[in-house]
Amino acid sequence: MSALLRLLRRDLAAFMPGGRRGGTLLPILFFLAVAMLYPFAVGPDAPVLARTGGGVAWIGALLAAILPLDRLVAPDLEQGFFDHWALRGISEEVVIAVRVLAHWLSFGPPLMLAALPASALLGIDGKTLYTVELGLLAGTPGLAAIGVTIAALTAGLRAGAALSGLLLIPLAVPLLIFGAGALSTGGESGIALTAAISLVLLAIAPFAGGAAVRAAREG
Amino acid sequence: MQAAHLSASNIACRRGDRLLFSGLGFTLGPGEALQVAGANGIGKSSLLRILAGLARPYVGAVERKGTVGLVDERLALDEHLPLGKALAFWSALDGEDEAQRAAALGLSELLDVPVRYLSTGQRKRAALARLLGQKATIWLLDEPLNGLDTAAATLLTRLTAEHCASGGIAVVASHQTFALAGMQQLPLRDFVA
Repeated sequence: MSALLRLLRRDLAAFMPGGRRGGTLLPILFFLAVAMLYPFAVGPDAPVLARTGGGVAWIGALLAAILPLDRLVAPDLEQGFFDHWALRGISEEVVIAVRVLAHWLSFGPPLMLAALPASALLGIDGKTLYTVELGLLAGTPGLAAIGVTIAALTAGLRAGAALSGLLLIPLAVPLLIFGAGALSTGGESGIALTAAISLVLLAIAPFAGGAAVRAAREG
Repeated sequence: MQAAHLSASNIACRRGDRLLFSGLGFTLGPGEALQVAGANGIGKSSLLRILAGLARPYVGAVERKGTVGLVDERLALDEHLPLGKALAFWSALDGEDEAQRAAALGLSELLDVPVRYLSTGQRKRAALARLLGQKATIWLLDEPLNGLDTAAATLLTRLTAEHCASGGIAVVASHQTFALAGMQQLPLRDFVA
């Protein structure tokens, strides 16, 4: 158990704002930039903005999730950390599970915070903001799980960074459909489905990611 | 320390399309040391990774009894952290105080220096400090003499001798001479496919 806490502490120190892999701030700024640019592009038509703003927030969140991918697994694989964890009997699955948690903590809550100023920029009302926030709470764990899995899959590849962005988009489509879909239906069933997809992704990620790291190491 | 054992039987290793070596086998018991010798690219590092269980042999099997410690060119220490903190991450996992071990390797003055500023030899000594703290029964050393000055090389030889004397196993892959008495030799070129 203490080994898990040590791993989590190291991951958080690396991923949190101000951490060495200082990834967190960048996706958040990117997310805000999308929210800021959108009204410039479509014009200041308040009803249009209010109707489409929630969906734009979702697209921004999804694209922002691509940015930190190359820093999630590859550096540790290159520097031999996974070798030494394996020698100490700490399996890849455990390392990846801890990493998903650390990645979500450094990505999900900050994104939900950033959705507040973004909602002002996009001119969306309180009820829509509530649905967006709820959807992000249900969807970002799934996004984090996809992100870490893809990072593990592409860690050994040379063009990994570019490829991982392309891989993330189709895998994240179900989250987007139900998460952003909840905005138009207004019901809570969309949020519940988003959460269900997130749970499935969270359950798969450690095993898929662990197998990918092992394959990269043995290759 | 449980009775250490490391044996390989009929091992072959393939990298890409190329068969590096085949039919390789040996058995090591407590207190025994082996030097794997051979030119660059012949497969010394690959053999060590197979022995460690980090890679699968193409053919053959490896039997291990005891914990494995590995020192290779990849440091696995956070480059931006001071050496003391980077080692502390591993000592917390190993339950040993590696800063103390670092003193034995002449690193105590470097504990505040970020890992990325260390020289080749200092990095090697940092990896050895972690190995000492790990208390592994089987030592796998990949080119351990690279970058070490004569004093450090002598120290490493002495530490390896002490490790073997206390019932451990050491496998050293190096193209240089490793001056350890009673060490078995395994010239890899005899097994090149």
